[in-house]
Amino acid sequence: MYAGLDVGSRTIKLVTVDQGIFEDCVIETGVNPLLRCRQLIASKNYERLVVTGYGRHLVAPVLHGEVVSEIKAFALGAHCLYPDCRTVIDIGGQDSKVILLSDHGDVRKFEMNDRCAAGTGKFLEIMARTLEVDLTEMGCLALSATRQLRINSLCTVFAESEVVSLIARGAKTNDIALGLHEAIADRITGMVRRIGLQPRVVFAGGGSLNQCLVTLLKQKLDLDLTVPSSPQIVGALGATILARDGNFVVS
Amino acid sequence: MSNENIQMWTDLKIDLKSHDLLLNALGPAFQDIYLSQKNRPAGMAFYDFVVGDIHGIRVKELIQHAKNGGKVVATYCVFVPEELVWAAGGIPVGLCAGTQFSVPMAETVLPRNTCALIKSSFGFKLGRVCPYVQVSHLIVGETTCDGKKKMFEILNQYQPVYVMEVPNKKTERSRNLWHGEVLAFKDVIEKLTGNKITAENLGQAIELVNQRRLALQRLYNLRKVSPVPISGKDALLAIQVSFYDDAKRDTQMLTALCDELDKRIAAGQGVAPANAPRILISGSPMAIPNWKLHHLIESSGAVVVCEESCTGTRFFSELVKPTQSNLDEQLKAVADRYMNIHCACFTPNDERFDDVVRLAKEYQVDGVVHYNLQFCHTYANEAITMEKKLEDAGIPLLRIETDYSDEDAGQLKTRIEAFLEMIKH
Repeated sequence: MYAGLDVGSRTIKLVTVDQGIFEDCVIETGVNPLLRCRQLIASKNYERLVVTGYGRHLVAPVLHGEVVSEIKAFALGAHCLYPDCRTVIDIGGQDSKVILLSDHGDVRKFEMNDRCAAGTGKFLEIMARTLEVDLTEMGCLALSATRQLRINSLCTVFAESEVVSLIARGAKTNDIALGLHEAIADRITGMVRRIGLQPRVVFAGGGSLNQCLVTLLKQKLDLDLTVPSSPQIVGALGATILARDGNFVVS
Repeated sequence: MSNENIQMWTDLKIDLKSHDLLLNALGPAFQDIYLSQKNRPAGMAFYDFVVGDIHGIRVKELIQHAKNGGKVVATYCVFVPEELVWAAGGIPVGLCAGTQFSVPMAETVLPRNTCALIKSSFGFKLGRVCPYVQVSHLIVGETTCDGKKKMFEILNQYQPVYVMEVPNKKTERSRNLWHGEVLAFKDVIEKLTGNKITAENLGQAIELVNQRRLALQRLYNLRKVSPVPISGKDALLAIQVSFYDDAKRDTQMLTALCDELDKRIAAGQGVAPANAPRILISGSPMAIPNWKLHHLIESSGAVVVCEESCTGTRFFSELVKPTQSNLDEQLKAVADRYMNIHCACFTPNDERFDDVVRLAKEYQVDGVVHYNLQFCHTYANEAITMEKKLEDAGIPLLRIETDYSDEDAGQLKTRIEAFLEMIKH
């Protein structure tokens, strides 16, 4: 058995492969990711483990795993699922990235958000709280909007005050929600344009569970996006592939 | 901490409480980042000693110099022609501006969306935590960026600042303007020190500074070898110390270090495996103790072999042409030398792109990391063209925008590791 762990800021994803059979599992990261990972992997008798995600350097040494960056992991995972994939968009909990792949699935170029939470799942999460809606309902709510409101700021702090003043002006929650999604989609579109877009485009990470983001990105990029059936586990899948096939891991 | 140092800092009106916090933070950071490195050259012991006593022995030398009637001239930028200060019997010191520690102090006055280097330097004065600022008789600023230019106006309310006008183009008219600025600076320094600048003392000063530049050129040339005999962090520290140490001693120390590196190279001894990715960093300066990016890169398995920055090649690549005897010609030669610094304050600045492509080849790098401090618009904009030029040359580039704080260390590590994975193919 080979295992791949993606220790993200919001969720931990585990993918294992044993004699060609893949299994996966997603749990909340919580405040003690190391303990969660230990529990998750306790029953698994793996030959080799590769860890990716924000907690990789915390978890890998303890579980005798090797590490790989999320960028390479997502590239490998997306290429495994869709060999013709050339662009990966990943919106995760605290970062978002766009990766350009070669024909062989190698990383050719990538863009990633810098320090701030703008354009990430975290941004939506904070805004959902401000709007008093559940994160999972944000996308549907936004899709029901009837008018376009523009959120100019992408800084989480400034956007929040913008939202508060929109609320104070009596704007409808669904219209504000759409404005927030538009802001993220614009940001991601900018990253994609900078790096150069090539189909097939795979949209993965927790952000791709949001229907409104999928719809807006399709519109803005003017092409079809492929969202895998379990979009959150693409990075963990890539790590598993590396554990099974790869001999190259950055220590 | 010795009582003698505490007395000295008290005399310099240092805020001792705050200053203690600064020094107490620096020690462990230096331990983690520097002393934990393996297989360092023995010659680095001098630089470790300098950092270990960073506000001690050198400050004492400067105070002694002042007691003897000498002047201390503080600078922030490689454009200030230090030769004139040395010639007039003054001592130039490059001020520290590389720590998050003084940023919150600065933010009580300056706009937050100002680059970390400006905030850090201003915070050192405002918070009275830097003895080098306190001991200096004049701070010399320049107009290499709008943020600094305006900060100097405010800094001047706390301590005398003289600002040199660095032109923004490289035309003949601009060169003439700068030549005029150098002549005006000569008057300022003569007035400050009470000493005349002559062909003789300027000739000696040119020689003094050129010798240090040659020593740094030698150090950098040795980094072209694979496996590289010195870490990027250590080389960066050596150059950072060059900004405020005595030029003659610095040249001696650099020479001894290079002699040792020669032996290492002859023995095939490197600080990183021969297959470790070799990285060139290009962009904003890294004032002491800013070691953030080097540390992230080198703790990810790569090695930094060159810096195209003001704390790198731009500091020493050009020598002042030694012209004989005539003071006017010497001053012209000094002015010309500084106009050949390929700083992003110039438009256009194509020479910098050419430099980076050339250096990438000379240092056999596997990739370039373009580094710009957040809110440093000139370097952030040049990064766009840089990316294109390097792509044309087939050299991979990673663009990093950051400041001195550690809050983005996770994101940066991810990007750097992904970049290294990418270029290892």
